[in-house]
Amino acid sequence: MLAPSAIILAVFVVYPLVRAVWLGQQRCSAFGDVCTSNGFGQYVDIFRSSEFQNALWVTVKFAFLTVPAGLILGVGLAVLADKYLRGMGVFRTVFSSTVATSVAVASLMWLFLLQPSVGALANVGWFSTLFPSVKDPGWLQDPGTALTAVAASSVWANLGFTFILVTAGLQSIPRELHEAAAVDGAGGVRRFWAITVPMLGPTLLFVLIVLTTRAFQAYGEVDLLTDGGPAPYDSTTTITYFVYGQNSPIRNDAGLQAGAAVLLFVILLALSALQLRGIGKRVHYGD
Amino acid sequence: MATDAAKLTADAPTKPPPKEFRSRAFDDPSGWGRIGRYALLLVVSFLVLFPIYTTVIAALKPGDEVLKNPLLPGPFTLDVLRDAWTNGNLGRYILNSTIVAVIVTACQLVTALLAAYAFAFLRFPGRTLLFLLFLATLLVPMEATLVVNFDTIDSLGWLNTYQGLSVPFLATAFGVFLMRQAFLTLPPDLRDAARIDGVGHLGFLRHVAVPLVRPTLGALALFSFLGTWNQYLWPNLIITETDKNTVQSGLRLLSKSSIDQPNLVMAGTVIAAIPIVIVLILFQRQLVRGLTAGAVKG
Repeated sequence: MLAPSAIILAVFVVYPLVRAVWLGQQRCSAFGDVCTSNGFGQYVDIFRSSEFQNALWVTVKFAFLTVPAGLILGVGLAVLADKYLRGMGVFRTVFSSTVATSVAVASLMWLFLLQPSVGALANVGWFSTLFPSVKDPGWLQDPGTALTAVAASSVWANLGFTFILVTAGLQSIPRELHEAAAVDGAGGVRRFWAITVPMLGPTLLFVLIVLTTRAFQAYGEVDLLTDGGPAPYDSTTTITYFVYGQNSPIRNDAGLQAGAAVLLFVILLALSALQLRGIGKRVHYGD
Repeated sequence: MATDAAKLTADAPTKPPPKEFRSRAFDDPSGWGRIGRYALLLVVSFLVLFPIYTTVIAALKPGDEVLKNPLLPGPFTLDVLRDAWTNGNLGRYILNSTIVAVIVTACQLVTALLAAYAFAFLRFPGRTLLFLLFLATLLVPMEATLVVNFDTIDSLGWLNTYQGLSVPFLATAFGVFLMRQAFLTLPPDLRDAARIDGVGHLGFLRHVAVPLVRPTLGALALFSFLGTWNQYLWPNLIITETDKNTVQSGLRLLSKSSIDQPNLVMAGTVIAAIPIVIVLILFQRQLVRGLTAGAVKG
């Protein structure tokens, strides 16, 4: 009964990982036909290469742009919608709506919003007067704003996911806690920090880890919005785009690709472990 | 027997607390508080919906009008949607995506149920170790394995095929874990009773265990379907023939080839989004259950 799952996981998860670790220390000729073992020092070389360092730095910035904003907005929306008012179902549907967008759909919506020539915002007269850079050079084309613009699209796309999770978390908090605290004279802000946040702990930790992982795996939004550019700084080349992207310098070198992919895996593993240990200890799981 | 057991556990979990206990003081702010909250809700809703709004507006008007006034609707036309459907080959892509997503979902359910059953109900040496190994595969991001998987699929001659798109994802440790958790909530006596009645493992799985874990199974099914449907990187890597694209890689193609026709691309985006919107409307409850499965209880 275990065989079907075990075979698939062995062939398409375990083997590729082991093989990638092996490939990662190989250096291949320009045509990719002759590969020689280069020792595990090649991982150090890849890590220290300016291209990988750039991609790592871009990815870290991307994570800092998307994760805190995603968490705060998701919690904010969920708290805002956590009242029994008439019509709240409609608002909840609206706030969940972005969960229905795939990365391609969400990115193309934002591409249309942000494009400098044919985009929506650039062609709204007062808006482009107020923010001339939306038309020239365009927020996705300006190295100073490109990553933030991609991050905005990503935050928006993840909003529905975070909202649904936090809303479910809020609903599992017993009302009596809030009522008892209110009787004791605690106001809304006090109750938020003393009850809501601690009780949401496990949910927030989970969302934090998922959003961080997604930031490090960001590919589709970069591919569709900026192609890793704008050049010459590769301002939006995340690690995943560095490994797989159309314009990637290592696109045709399986050894370097595998090496960078393995580094991505190690970094993600370390990050999740850090988050679980650092924050997980302080999270209260109830029973 | 199955129905009795189903009755026993059917109304046990995930019941919201009864409404009458909720105090009116919290839930029913009156006067300005309520008006303020509605105002805030409306403003935020507008911001969240804005990208969707501009997309739909653009998809429903002719090209030259998009540049003139991107924020207001009209003049209304369905021509762009029709063009996107035919030029963008979207019908074909939706068919491809549906076939792949259905294959992956069906197989993931079967592989997950079988493995989860073994981990939950059978005793064999190395069970714990093997289960931990399964779980460990959850730590490996897809991005780390695709380089080699590409070579594997290539050497099997499966580039540009449904097999190539689906086979690497026919089993997931997440599914096994989720279904095992569900099986562990069933009373152990059930299996003993079934054995005494002479019911084998597969019979027990089909007629007793599966009906009892149907809600979890539904959540897993929706999850597998969405996950497969939304895949972006993998189809981009292994699909080079136009007709074999999935919706996501097809949208990419449309976007890269029609960069100067935003309304056509937006029409394609709308069409590509519709199937998932329908699926989510039909299966809202499974979505919340599936999303929260990993979160609320560590």
